[in-house]
Amino acid sequence: MVRYAVHRLLVAIPTLVVIVTIAFFLIRIAPGGPFDLERPLHPKVMEHLERIYQLDRPLHEQYLSYLRNLLAGDLGPSFYFRDFTVSELILSGLPISVQVGASALLLALGLGGLLGVAAALRQNTRSDYAVMTVATLGVTVPNFVVAPVLTLIIGLQLQLLPVGGWGKPGNYVLPIIALCLPQIAAIARLTRASMIEVLSSNFVRTARAKGLRESVTITRHAIRAAILPVVSYMGPAVANIITGSVVVEQIFSIPGIGRYFVQGSLNRDYTLVMGVTVFYGALIILCNLIADLLYGVLDPKVRYD
Amino acid sequence: MPLLEVENLKTSFHTREGVVRAVNDVSFSVDKGETLGIVGESGSGKSVTCYSLMGLIPQPPGRIEGGRALFDGTDLLHCTPRQLRSIRGRRIAMIFQDPMTSLNPYLRVEDQLIEPLLIHDRIDRNLAKEMAVQALKDVGIQDAGNRVRGYPHEFSGGMRQRVMIAMAMITKPDLLIADEPTTALDVTVQAQILELIKREQQENGTAVILISHDLGVVAGFCDRVLVMYAGKVAEMAATKPLFAHPQHPYNRALQRSRPTGDMKGNELYTIPGLPPDLSKEIVGCPFAPRCEFVADACRKDQVRLETVGDDHYSSCLRVHRREIDL
Repeated sequence: MVRYAVHRLLVAIPTLVVIVTIAFFLIRIAPGGPFDLERPLHPKVMEHLERIYQLDRPLHEQYLSYLRNLLAGDLGPSFYFRDFTVSELILSGLPISVQVGASALLLALGLGGLLGVAAALRQNTRSDYAVMTVATLGVTVPNFVVAPVLTLIIGLQLQLLPVGGWGKPGNYVLPIIALCLPQIAAIARLTRASMIEVLSSNFVRTARAKGLRESVTITRHAIRAAILPVVSYMGPAVANIITGSVVVEQIFSIPGIGRYFVQGSLNRDYTLVMGVTVFYGALIILCNLIADLLYGVLDPKVRYD
Repeated sequence: MPLLEVENLKTSFHTREGVVRAVNDVSFSVDKGETLGIVGESGSGKSVTCYSLMGLIPQPPGRIEGGRALFDGTDLLHCTPRQLRSIRGRRIAMIFQDPMTSLNPYLRVEDQLIEPLLIHDRIDRNLAKEMAVQALKDVGIQDAGNRVRGYPHEFSGGMRQRVMIAMAMITKPDLLIADEPTTALDVTVQAQILELIKREQQENGTAVILISHDLGVVAGFCDRVLVMYAGKVAEMAATKPLFAHPQHPYNRALQRSRPTGDMKGNELYTIPGLPPDLSKEIVGCPFAPRCEFVADACRKDQVRLETVGDDHYSSCLRVHRREIDL
């Protein structure tokens, strides 16, 4: 299993290089630059700045030097937040983003799984249809719609929770809801479908024929098989939560990585955007690996060697 | 008193296409230690009959419309779920057609084997594990002490069916229901599995209901045979007279459809037509449209299972009236 994990991590390197390459050239294609202001800088100042940040050199040289620095673990200085390196910015936003993202993911897994199992056990009844209707809504309505609607109703009209900011417990609630709602929906649908399939499988029939209680049949025999598709969904789920957090953090003014990413793009803060992209890419690759390893632990037919 | 007495069992499935009467008024009994074969084509209701007894019919869409199934004084169709649970898996065990999928792929064989012991007899886990190893040895699995720690995918099809048999017999049940236990297996393995069931049966005095569509298997294995057609019993008798002196045209036609050595070069007999659609009301004998002895009365009169000989029952009207001699 260790060999497999190492192998997967090595294979991830070319993937990351591709991500870096595409991101590097894409952000350079975007019009404007990091030092364009409302009132243009004096050409001499501009020239000086570009020389300091090595923006005056040919693009391919800049690209190669970025790759070299990246190998050394150096994400470079931020172009916009002077005196900060990109690594410092990412590390400062990381705890906040992780708190919100991990809570959303855990909540989605727990609640989504529970709803999915409940719907499967009451298949084709009203509660099943209710859960699935909400789940379909949750999957189809994007979080850049959910977040403002939550702000409007719960934040402004009912004045129950703060609409933005950070630091108080109340600040967590709305962003986490906005972030996990689509994932709850997706996981509930996935769990329901696989649970229904497992419940009609032969080995569940065997378990019933042994005289097991229905509750034991479900917890001991059915659920373990039914959560396997959910485990493989973990990788994509993390990716979705990351993309969701970019929007949600911006809307609720949360000082996390996602917000730096949006601001970095708007400010043409090349190194910050690159740094966050590389970080997100590595994170998603890592989460996919963890999901696959977990799958191997749960399914005895899967052995990594 | 018979061990199991089924009377007028009726099971149907309520589907979008209508009500499918899968089992329609079936009665039979099984004595202690006896082997009863149930034969019939796919969809004739053999499996549904046994699943009804075990409470394994998914409801909905299935529904048990009527009847009784007395097992040692308890009506399996009308007892509480608790009563049924204490019987199934302990006093009535079941093995299934497809050993590849009937074991839980995510649990060790050991954990699955000891489950019936733990829930029914509440014995110590370590003792149960010892019994599991012994049970695997009894069904002829080499190196049982190690194999018991393996997962089902590490066993071949025949081996998995042996594990299923070990699991079913571990509580020494009074009745074993075997639903086409050899259909999915190689011919050589089939014989071994049947022999194993026979041996386990003799050692424990277990009665066996063997569901099969293989007449050869049934002929060599069972004391008595029940022939089902379209959810009804066509004929029931001890094995020998059933095969030697068929008393129902369907049974006779089945026998003629079997390839035998002396028929070399001749075309094999087949029964014309298809079994009837069970979602439609059947008037008269369900076999009438395919029967070569059909008379007008067969299409109109309701058929009943009646005695036609010593412990020999047939539902054929014309046999009852002694109009035909098969």
